[in-house]
Amino acid sequence: MTAPLAAEALAAGYGACDVLANVTRTFDAGRVTALLGENGAGKSTLLKALAGIVPARRGTIRLGGRPLSGIPRREAARALGYLSQGFEPLFPILARDLVLLGRTPWRTAFGAPSARDRAAVEASLAEMDALALAETDLGAMSGGERQRVLLARVLAGEPEVLLLDEPTANLDPRHRFLVIDAMRRRADQGGAVVFSTHELDVASTGADDALLLSGGRVLAAGPLVETLTEPLLSALFGVAACVAPGAGGRPIVSLGPARAR
Amino acid sequence: MTSRRPALVWGIALLGVLAAALLASLLLGSVSLAPGAVLRALLGDGDAQTVSIVRDLRLPRALLAVLVGGALALSGAALQALLGNPLADPYLLGVSGGAACGTLVGSLLGLGASVGAHSGVLGSLALPLAAFLGALAAVLVVGLGASAGGRLDRGRLLLSGVVVNALASAVLLFLLSFGDASRSRTFVFWMLGSLAGATPGAVLALSVYAALGLALLLPLARAFDALTLGEETAATLGIRVETAKRTAYLAASLLAAAAVAYAGIIGFVGLLVPHAVRRVTRSHRALLLLSFLGGALLLVVSDVAARSLFAPAEISVGAITALLGAPAFLLLLRARP
Repeated sequence: MTAPLAAEALAAGYGACDVLANVTRTFDAGRVTALLGENGAGKSTLLKALAGIVPARRGTIRLGGRPLSGIPRREAARALGYLSQGFEPLFPILARDLVLLGRTPWRTAFGAPSARDRAAVEASLAEMDALALAETDLGAMSGGERQRVLLARVLAGEPEVLLLDEPTANLDPRHRFLVIDAMRRRADQGGAVVFSTHELDVASTGADDALLLSGGRVLAAGPLVETLTEPLLSALFGVAACVAPGAGGRPIVSLGPARAR
Repeated sequence: MTSRRPALVWGIALLGVLAAALLASLLLGSVSLAPGAVLRALLGDGDAQTVSIVRDLRLPRALLAVLVGGALALSGAALQALLGNPLADPYLLGVSGGAACGTLVGSLLGLGASVGAHSGVLGSLALPLAAFLGALAAVLVVGLGASAGGRLDRGRLLLSGVVVNALASAVLLFLLSFGDASRSRTFVFWMLGSLAGATPGAVLALSVYAALGLALLLPLARAFDALTLGEETAATLGIRVETAKRTAYLAASLLAAAAVAYAGIIGFVGLLVPHAVRRVTRSHRALLLLSFLGGALLLVVSDVAARSLFAPAEISVGAITALLGAPAFLLLLRARP
């Protein structure tokens, strides 16, 4: 079976320099992958490149086996759901209207939302525990409430591949698990999920695989037991790392103070 | 979007009020006419003087007010969506500065020695053309300044518009020192904005531009909606972001340039109306359509006031829109949730 998403020898960046170099990784159906790395390691750039926002300078991104650059943008938009990091609404907008924007690739240029559109909006609002916020303006929300509505926007598009930049940022523990569950559900339905995070507990409970990025290159990639290891994590973050086996074989990570690399 | 039905109700209400305002603009003026006489005169019936007042003067003027007001408000709505900036107005892209330069150069070259006095067909066509060409030239310079690596940068568009307008006013001051008093007067009269130059030809030309603007902008409504999420996210929703930005930039500039060419610089319509409309709808399709109607209504009402408040003297319609617009805008700001 063809993997939903794959990067082959990918290089991407802005201006004169490449932020990412030689990234090769297949994101399989049914797998949730956590992107880990320091600030500026290239996590967001990788997500943007996979989403087709930042063009690949070298290498190829394949969506369902076909090069992403050759896929009609509407078709790609239906298959890929992208959540950006940090969003300030430019104009007042109600949560439900914003979530409906996630249906854009499914809608015609004119015409009212279909019953299917409306159902998807309500279902994703409910999944993110945001139904009560539906008639609230985004500007009047707390950071975590806004994050849930923005996630609902991505889910409403019913994409096969989720590319989420720090989806659990600003969330309280209960809603963090809500997001972890939502990602798991998409993977169980045959989708591929890639998300970046700085919270190692979210990675160890929510992901199947991890991709460790350091200076725009892949330091390690693979199942959690192979990647969330003491030597790799302390090399990645430059802090002491202590890993213990937890429930279901998931590593429990605790990090210590900074140390020389 | 969820606020669609109220938008429809508002649209019908605006159309009704606009029709009433149009009727009032035919009735009122330096000579007040009876409704029956106006209706007969529209059909070409009645005494020659009334027919002439209604069909040659008031009707073209009322229709020009509809089109200029609509074009300016539509342009403002599109620019605010394009730039993601609620302060954007139709003159931001260098349209007013460029048009002013074009008009002054045209007038210095002796085209249409006096706008106010209707110096023949050539005069009434040449100055709008000069204004239009000046506006387009400035818009082109602004667009070049804002393009980087094949992309139209929204932040740069704002800045280069402000700078080109500043440059244009420097050129104006320079040129004005060569002009004689009568030409300066012509120019100032145009600067203040007036619908006195309304002719059937102007109405026809502007209705073509307005139709073109609507035809270009309405299909972009979905893109404008998605752009609320930012350019990158909009792109992941399948929106052709660069095409949408360029088309919106072009359409907004054309609308404003055409309005300026026939009516001078009329402020506040393009800023105030989209702001007010945003209070009742957040869908850009409704926003564009309601802005056109709202702009038309504001300018028709303002022009009736300009003609009849101190009749037979006529106040500049730009002064009226600013007098109405500034306090209304401040009220809107204060009432913002």
